[in-house]
Amino acid sequence: MNEPLHRALGLTDDEAVNIDEILDRPANPLELAMYSVMWSEHCSYKSSRIHLKRLPTEAPWVLVGPGENAGVVDVGDGIAAAIRIESHNHPSAIEPYQGAATGAGGILRDIFTMGARPIALMDPLRFGPLDDPRSRWIAEGVVAGISGYGNAVGVPTVGGETVFDATYKGNPLVNVLCLGLLPTDRLVLGQASGVGNLAVLLGNATGRDGIGGVSVLASAGFSEEDDGDKRPSVQVGDPYEEKRLIEACLALLDEKLVVGIQDLGGAGLACATSETASRGGVGMDVDVTAIPRREPGMEPHEVMTSESQERMLAIVEPEVLARVLEICARWEVQATVIGRVTDGGALRILEGFEGPVLADIPASSLHDLAPLYERPLKAPEEPLGPSADQLAAPVDPGAELMDLLQDLSWVYSQYDHQLFLNTVVGPGDDATVLRLKHPTTGEDTGRGLALTTDGNHRWCAVDPRAGTALVVAESVLNLACVGGRPLAVVNCLNFGNPEHPEVMWQLSEAIDGMSEACLAFDVPVVGGNVSLYNESAGNDIAPTPVIGLLGLVDELSHRPPGAVLKEGHRLVLLGPEAEGLGGSLWGATHDAPGGDLPALDYEMHRRVAALVRQLVADQMLGGVHDLSSGGLGVALAEMAARSGVGVSLARTPDHRALFNEGPSRVVLVVDPERLTEVLAACDEAEVPTARIGLATGQRFVVKDLLDLSLEELTAAFKSPLPEALGAGTTNR
Amino acid sequence: MTVTVGVVVFPGTNCEADALEAVTSLGAQGRLLWHGESDLGDVDAVIVPGGFAHGDYLRPGAIARFSPVMEGVAKFAAKGGPVVGICNGFQVLTEAGLLPGALQKNKGLKFLCQPSVLRVESANSVLTSQAKVGDELSIPINHFEGNYTCSEETLKQLQDEDRIVLTYVDNPNGSLGNIAGVCNETRNVVGLMPHPERACHELLGSMDGAVLLRSLLAS
Repeated sequence: MNEPLHRALGLTDDEAVNIDEILDRPANPLELAMYSVMWSEHCSYKSSRIHLKRLPTEAPWVLVGPGENAGVVDVGDGIAAAIRIESHNHPSAIEPYQGAATGAGGILRDIFTMGARPIALMDPLRFGPLDDPRSRWIAEGVVAGISGYGNAVGVPTVGGETVFDATYKGNPLVNVLCLGLLPTDRLVLGQASGVGNLAVLLGNATGRDGIGGVSVLASAGFSEEDDGDKRPSVQVGDPYEEKRLIEACLALLDEKLVVGIQDLGGAGLACATSETASRGGVGMDVDVTAIPRREPGMEPHEVMTSESQERMLAIVEPEVLARVLEICARWEVQATVIGRVTDGGALRILEGFEGPVLADIPASSLHDLAPLYERPLKAPEEPLGPSADQLAAPVDPGAELMDLLQDLSWVYSQYDHQLFLNTVVGPGDDATVLRLKHPTTGEDTGRGLALTTDGNHRWCAVDPRAGTALVVAESVLNLACVGGRPLAVVNCLNFGNPEHPEVMWQLSEAIDGMSEACLAFDVPVVGGNVSLYNESAGNDIAPTPVIGLLGLVDELSHRPPGAVLKEGHRLVLLGPEAEGLGGSLWGATHDAPGGDLPALDYEMHRRVAALVRQLVADQMLGGVHDLSSGGLGVALAEMAARSGVGVSLARTPDHRALFNEGPSRVVLVVDPERLTEVLAACDEAEVPTARIGLATGQRFVVKDLLDLSLEELTAAFKSPLPEALGAGTTNR
Repeated sequence: MTVTVGVVVFPGTNCEADALEAVTSLGAQGRLLWHGESDLGDVDAVIVPGGFAHGDYLRPGAIARFSPVMEGVAKFAAKGGPVVGICNGFQVLTEAGLLPGALQKNKGLKFLCQPSVLRVESANSVLTSQAKVGDELSIPINHFEGNYTCSEETLKQLQDEDRIVLTYVDNPNGSLGNIAGVCNETRNVVGLMPHPERACHELLGSMDGAVLLRSLLAS
């Protein structure tokens, strides 16, 4: 017996009945195809919407909050910043190069849709372990895809993260964040208005790539053998087309030629036409035969749901059409009138504007009437595993410390991170710092933007609520280390299968933890993305909310000191004492992922962040680094390996002092002549300090615990990625 | 009198605004030159900046050499006008036959964006006239195809005629003879893979690119 069409399209039986009720007749196959993509988990957030409402989203500087193509905040001097984060996890698992490339392409369009010129990308990446050949193939392909697309499209990739862990074997996480700038008065929204206005499709011809990407790929997990079959659902990117599309669209916006503009991403034309129409409270007639195609014989449902890349839909008044076409021709961008704005709110797909009607649905029903699920929640009953607090002290702490080190420059040296001459602090430091220049005049404001992305699946696996709050706190401290104060959060919520109550519980808890922390730090959430069904062979990934935090550096007159040591400088550890190893990186490497997370004291955290920001602004420090994964040991080892200066640390009670990941702690590297002044500032800020040692020589010594040569430590830091991933070719 | 620098823009070029910003910060004024127009107008110097002209389709510079603007650039160069190709611009100039040799894929077969230290080998070119032979300059690289190659005869000729302008101290990409930049016989056309415009501001970590661009503005 044949499977009913709606099920093959990923719709449930109930959803199919619901569609027929909306239309008051049975839906035809084209209509069903459009509902299936628009009501997919990826487009409709049907499992997560109910929880996302709990996030704080308002602040006086927020110009556009969640729900639009990107969040927009006012950063002063007539400049607004548009920011968004997305996932391209499943496409990247199947076809790493194109999956990652089109992830970058998609989010760029979201940003220039708002009228902003994209100025920076960040890529938080998570792969399976380096000793797994398939994970290495995925990692190499993803990095090459970001490099190949991002560099060529001309937007620098200025930071991100790269994490290797067994939880991502079979289901990597490829998240991408984009930041753009626009003159505040040019803010554009993706809506159609004005009956009789024209819908003009810009960019690439439409092909059969990416059909059903959001429903088939992004809204279901992976089984053992099906990834080959899903490959045709992955789109193919062309950065040169995108580059010309960016320039053409920004030129159209400069001349104020468009009423509204919308990118074509997930769900393709079905999404772009219905979204612009329903946002504007109008309808639209679309002539499906007018849409330029890459290949003959395409069916209307393929044309309407294809996710072919590098396309935009502009709504323009008929009088300016000639000028629009002229600008597009200059940039060699194809532009075709494919639709007309109508009154009445119906989205009609026609074969020729005067021809037969192939589909006729209320445009808003694709969005507003999408199903909303309150799925069952349940805390997991199985404990996560033993706590590292129960483990014996390591026999060779030096070797164990070196095992935790990983220099990521193999990844980011493949990204152009300097284009536009903004990058004051690039990838590899606590946070990125960009000069803030006016997007159209180029005038330097003398201020800076600070940007970081952070996630920690180990913490979130132990306790998704407290873990997510700790991640937000870490982001705030990362910004402080480069002199930035937080302005806005975007988040990418990477979780497992929402039909598992434990996963829905994790999601709900993580959202509450994020809410709590964002309120405590007075930073609104301006956008986000939810990626569910991250599972392979029935195993859900560890919950991985990723936080993107944008901040401001109020006076950017000098380069922040960075995570470096200077010969002869004193080492001061700021923040509360901590001991527990629950959820730590060291514990995870010993199969002891459980235990209790360290407590976060918001009051203390705010004081530490404010103090560090001030010390950086006052140029009081020779170096600075916050403690995170791997604790004090890893933080100091990274600084030593980067700067070629050793460390002599006073006696510590035991290995816990090196490896615990207690929050609100920062290492300061202080010139002896400045020490009194710095310590006085810490006292005044009521932040505890410990003088822990000296930056000096060519050895890394913790008294009575470990003694390593800087040479072996540096090799341990620099070698893991090049050794595993090589300098060889990629799959391109 | 203010020097006017023409900065060539092909579809896919992306360093044009950076080049303008750098030369403007050094007191010049800049003007964009669209690839479809062969008349450069009134300019004192030309920069062919970095990026991916025409998407680097076929190979970098292979299509750009046919853009009408290159006729204008060739005429300008033939009259002795100073022309500098940076990164993709260097690739375009070699494809256009204005400079010898070719740029192939880096020896590691990876894109590289990283700091590099250059040694000034000749101060006799429009890009190095204000530098001294032996100066070491910290200027970043950002390319996939930056591995300079040429025939043995050409290499010998470049060496004999003092036309190797800049070399890498630590060769990052496998370039023949550590070559980072070369000039033409009349020394008014220079190509280099590193990006001097990215090293003209203290906040960006190096000011060493300024001496090169100042040389261009003074020529």
